Amino acid sequence: MLVFILRRLAQSAVVVVAMSVLVFAGIFAIGNPIDVLISPEADEFERAAAIARLGLDKPMHEQFLRFVDSALGGDLGTSFVHGVPALGLVLQRFPATLELALCAMLVAVALGIPLGLWAGLKPDSLAGRVIMTGSILGFSLPTFWVGMMLIMAFAVTLGWLPAGGRGETASLFGVQWSFLTADGLAHLILPAVNLALFKLSLVIRLARAGTREVALQDYVKFARAKGLAPARIVGVHILKNIMIPVVTVLGLELGSVIAFSVVTESVFAWPGMGKLLIDSILQLDRPVVIAYLLVTVLLFVVINLIVDLVYSLLDPRIRLGGGRA
Amino acid sequence: MSSAVAKAPPVETPFLRLARDFARSRTALAGLAVLVLIVLAALLARWVVPQDPYDLAQLDILDGMMAPGSLGGSGWTYWLGTDDQGRDMLSAIVFGLRTSLLVGVVATLIALAVGVAVGLLAAYAGDRVDGLVMRLVDIQLSFPAILIALILLALLGKGVDKVIVALAAVQWAYYARTIRGSALVERRKEYIEAAQCLALPHRRIMMRHLLPNCLPPLIVVATVQVAHAIALEATLSFLGVGVPVTQPSLGMLIASGYQYMLSGDYWVSLFPGLALLVTIVAINLVGDRLRDVLNPRLNH
Repeated sequence: MLVFILRRLAQSAVVVVAMSVLVFAGIFAIGNPIDVLISPEADEFERAAAIARLGLDKPMHEQFLRFVDSALGGDLGTSFVHGVPALGLVLQRFPATLELALCAMLVAVALGIPLGLWAGLKPDSLAGRVIMTGSILGFSLPTFWVGMMLIMAFAVTLGWLPAGGRGETASLFGVQWSFLTADGLAHLILPAVNLALFKLSLVIRLARAGTREVALQDYVKFARAKGLAPARIVGVHILKNIMIPVVTVLGLELGSVIAFSVVTESVFAWPGMGKLLIDSILQLDRPVVIAYLLVTVLLFVVINLIVDLVYSLLDPRIRLGGGRA
Repeated sequence: MSSAVAKAPPVETPFLRLARDFARSRTALAGLAVLVLIVLAALLARWVVPQDPYDLAQLDILDGMMAPGSLGGSGWTYWLGTDDQGRDMLSAIVFGLRTSLLVGVVATLIALAVGVAVGLLAAYAGDRVDGLVMRLVDIQLSFPAILIALILLALLGKGVDKVIVALAAVQWAYYARTIRGSALVERRKEYIEAAQCLALPHRRIMMRHLLPNCLPPLIVVATVQVAHAIALEATLSFLGVGVPVTQPSLGMLIASGYQYMLSGDYWVSLFPGLALLVTIVAINLVGDRLRDVLNPRLNH
């Protein structure tokens, strides 16, 4: 186990190093770093001072070491637009995104598992077919368009829910959260459903495939022969066994939900770090883009690492066979 | 029955068999029909729609923001309404389809070429090259496509060509992985061994022997990936980092209708969205059926 953890940690470190080299190459070698890192409004004097301060007149390998050094120290430059450290800005928006992503996951699981179970138990019934068609639609529909239609239906036409923003927030552990107030919850529903849609389709498919497989196993037949109530067979014997793939995939998908929240946050004006990324790209606020990128890469590497470690605890075959990046 | 058996069976090429198998599913046929219509409309855009939506001389600003079915000043009916500049939405959608399809198909073809080259090479070379390439693919696939595309476009800037580059960069890894999987199986078979014993050049073995036998699963992946590429392009354009305003795709049309939607003028966003949806579903239906038909395990 220890060897596996060490090897897996080394792999993650390699990914982080590789990504930072790529980011460095993307910004410093391909693009003109003066355009990237210095505000276009700066005058000649400021420009010269900034070039000297950032060491842009030094050779490439020295510049790279400098970049790594300041990145390790948590200094990823100052936002052109907001005038505050870029990293702080990204981290400050992180709770809003995390809240949205976790709520979306919750919606996907809470709706997806029962629907998938149903479709798996009765694959030929009308409801089963409707559920499967719905999940195909969920894969096909572009997230942003669904979001707009949700706003159209529930905010504009019916007027039941707010169209955008985060609403009232309450403080917990020194961070502002929306789900603690009624107003915040109302603001959270539409974006969470929108972001959940894709993962919901995925969970439905996984749960359905798992159910169809498990329902034919001997132990389920035995439980039925023993005269157990159908509710107990489905709730205990089947549900437990379809949860393993669902949980694994969801763990891996958390990162992708966070990345996809870029779209949902833009549609619903949700002030998370995805919206910050888009605003920064459009305003050419590049230090913030770099900070977002590095934070996300780190997040992904950590999530993948945790999922792999947990999975290797559950299934020793992975540990022996060697993990993936 | 006996007379039918006695007759010499008609020569059936693999393509004919495939077409017959494909046609057995009505939904897939309907999807294919819709897809053909969409592609034809996009190719012949200039002749099938009443208006060139980007020729300002043909626009009548007085016809701006008309509801679907309104009668325009110049005598024809705007079946899908108009946008704020009096642009016929039906014409705009067909022209938008053109950009969307172009980007989706070209990006997929480029990604396919790159992915096939890299994947085949990795499988054929084996060992170190294989390990290195596949680790790269693993790393790329562990990040969501939209994130990679966004970052690339943030670095490259706007433009149809840049969107194509970004989408191709996002997709190649899928093909590389798929073709490597089938190539690894194929290269252990006797015909490859025979070719190697004949001392044929490596390039010839890869291109003439290995590649044709690895292609079918790839065709399916590519079909479905065109739909993904179109959806991703629409999303990027919606976010404002995709195609330029002068060459709008469906995603761009949807985005420009967004501001009017909140005041209840739904049509500027709704119809391009439906067109996008129909296109994606049609491609997926065809792709799903192709997968079933080409999958030897399901053929009986």
